[in-house]
Amino acid sequence: MNNKTFVFLIPFLFFVAMAILLWTGLGKDPTKLDSQLIGKAIPVFSRSTLQDESVTITNDDIKGPALINVFASWCPSCYNEHPYLMTLSKSKEIKIYGLNYKDERSKGLKFINDLGNPYYQIIFDNSGRLGIDMGVYGAPETFLINDKNEIIYRHVGIVNQQVWEEILKPKIYPGELIHGGR
Amino acid sequence: MSYMIKNIKVIQAIFVAFVVFFSTTVSSEILVYEFKDTELELRFNHLTQILRCPKCQNNNLADSNAPLAVDLKDIIYEKLHQGQSDEQIIGFLKERYGDFISYKPPLRPSTWLIWFGPFIILVVGVILIIRFVAGRKNEASSSVSKVDDSVSGESILSEWKEELETGNSQDINEQTTDKNTSSIENNKSEG
Repeated sequence: MNNKTFVFLIPFLFFVAMAILLWTGLGKDPTKLDSQLIGKAIPVFSRSTLQDESVTITNDDIKGPALINVFASWCPSCYNEHPYLMTLSKSKEIKIYGLNYKDERSKGLKFINDLGNPYYQIIFDNSGRLGIDMGVYGAPETFLINDKNEIIYRHVGIVNQQVWEEILKPKIYPGELIHGGR
Repeated sequence: MSYMIKNIKVIQAIFVAFVVFFSTTVSSEILVYEFKDTELELRFNHLTQILRCPKCQNNNLADSNAPLAVDLKDIIYEKLHQGQSDEQIIGFLKERYGDFISYKPPLRPSTWLIWFGPFIILVVGVILIIRFVAGRKNEASSSVSKVDDSVSGESILSEWKEELETGNSQDINEQTTDKNTSSIENNKSEG
């Protein structure tokens, strides 16, 4: 009898285990991949800036803490994201570098000239190889780097006020969360 | 007659124009990689089959035309021609895109469940079935032996014959049908 109840319990226990396993997967967006570069320094690179082909920008020119925002004129979500990047840039809460990813220089420039430039400097990566070195698989993506130029976090999708206040800012300025009393 | 020939020529010209037009568009869409030797080509085909496109998640690199997949194929092509091994190339991509890039999950504690789970379930299932079947057999054989102890088939037959001879048939009939049905039931449960 005891043995039999155990046998009948097995499918139930199996169900519970599967339910827990599947439950934890719910709400996760499978298209959002974890970055492999967390804790690592930004890759070594040397590119021209978007505005001037003759000006070279390298990884040594990047000074964290900062955001590195991957954008392109062909990326629809980048247009949605752009107004908040302007706001964030004006607030001077954090420096934003731009990575113009797999774009044409003229189109990238038009994007900035038409909509405004929230970026401290813009790296022009038309081959997309720097993007690949950073594990970029789409735009927009935003990397958060600390004062040692180490990547702390990668956000896939647009940055808006909520993303900045609730996800990115606490990771780079953990003290201010306590002061803010949230 | 000459009109028809003219017509055919026009049709031919249109046909040729179509062929030329479509063949150029097709060849411009398919990316052609030229390889030093067939070994590199086979390795390239293998790698692009087993590696996954991070952008279009249910495509491998070979099947995907996403710009990122094209870039990654270019990188694989370059690295193959630089003489890098398959492991080096997969390692390069895993450093950037993680285990996701490969369809084959690596063996490590967090993936033990995927690798061994099905076998554990199989073994547990087989053990349960064996125990279940064995239990049934024991039940069945024990009840059969009970019948065998009291009255075997031969003893019933001889008893029946004996009593037929004595002429006391009615009573015997009742007894034997009883025993027959019980033995049939036993057979059923055994099977």
